[in-house]
Amino acid sequence: MKGVTLRLAVLASLAFVLSPPVCADEADRGEAPQRGLHAKIEYCKICHGFSGQGYRGFIPIPRLAGQQTEYFENQLRAYAERRRENRYMYAVARTLSPATRSALAAHFRGLNAGPWGGAPRHLVAAGRRLYEEGAPETNVPACMACHGADAKGVDAIPRLAGQLPDYIANKLVNWGRERGQDSATPDPSAVMLPTSHNLTRSQIAAVAAYLSYQQ
Amino acid sequence: MMKLVSSKIAVVALVACVVPALAGEALAGGVTAAGLTAGGLEPAGVRNCTWCHGTSGQGYPVAPGLAAQRYQYIENQLVSFHQHTRDNPFSRQYMWGAAANLSPRRARDLSVYFASLPAKAANDGDRSVAAAGRALYEDGDPEANTVACAVCHGPNAEGIRQIPRLAGLSYFYLKRRLRQWGQGYHVAAEAPMPLVASRLTPYEIEALASYLSFVK
Repeated sequence: MKGVTLRLAVLASLAFVLSPPVCADEADRGEAPQRGLHAKIEYCKICHGFSGQGYRGFIPIPRLAGQQTEYFENQLRAYAERRRENRYMYAVARTLSPATRSALAAHFRGLNAGPWGGAPRHLVAAGRRLYEEGAPETNVPACMACHGADAKGVDAIPRLAGQLPDYIANKLVNWGRERGQDSATPDPSAVMLPTSHNLTRSQIAAVAAYLSYQQ
Repeated sequence: MMKLVSSKIAVVALVACVVPALAGEALAGGVTAAGLTAGGLEPAGVRNCTWCHGTSGQGYPVAPGLAAQRYQYIENQLVSFHQHTRDNPFSRQYMWGAAANLSPRRARDLSVYFASLPAKAANDGDRSVAAAGRALYEDGDPEANTVACAVCHGPNAEGIRQIPRLAGLSYFYLKRRLRQWGQGYHVAAEAPMPLVASRLTPYEIEALASYLSFVK
């Protein structure tokens, strides 16, 4: 038994030494703000993916990689002010200073994970048509007009390229229930409200599928 | 010691192969989903599992409950035992051997079978810290960079797809796993658990493991 215990102890220490690095707060006492930011980034990535690619948890957790910084920071503010309703992100956003929000935005802007994909391929063609041409008969504008031909967005308009398809679908279906929740303080999310109403479920599924594959 | 366990498993395996034949049912090649939901047909070799995991898959402190677990999760664990990626001491000592000769088909059948069994909470945690565990489970602690477990594992800890059910697992098992990830043992499949667990304080581990053991 003693031999087994010793072997186990050696193996355990090897496993510990060789395991992926964890943010070693204790090791680096000289840079308090950097250490705090590093820990916060790691924290975000536990849910949003180590490359910012998103994750299909119990709820779909969105891709942040390559997101527009202005949009990113606006969402964190909207969560903290409860204009955008999400129980978990409200708790997270409340702990973030404006400087931290900017630093996080800059970090995730620089990530370049591959697209999530995973959506039914047969929907992509219809999704592309909708993205590029809209559906004029039901007052749905071409998404491309604002979100860009490459779906990477600009300024306060978010990147959609490579996003989780069930996240996109979820947001479009629930737009009015989640965004613009403070009627006294209308925000830019209002621009998507009519479109989210006018899209049918199958149109949402199609455009979400198309976007999930965009680089 | 290992030799004794292996010969015990060999005896059980022999018995498990013989009994279905005696009963007149050919269970070779596994069970259909219809057979499982009809509530009865056990896949061949299930006694190799229930020996340690309990006759209704309810688990003991050493071997976790499998009843009502996500079948993709069980399957992933069996693959990882085969490939030796999941390396905590009990896995190494028992499950590496148990999974060594499992075909993918057999692993799938066993996983689906246990997933179909009714859940039974272990109820073996510390009730005095369960409320604190619930708060941590549902909302995390953003100031301390501790994530809300519910985001991935669900509001009732039921899990989804390959993300495991935690509801009703033994306090002893959950505490052990959370501590092991903090010590550097590896996950079976891609999961952020080592990073999550290494940020938890001992009190938080006590609270979470206790709370979850009571969730139905």
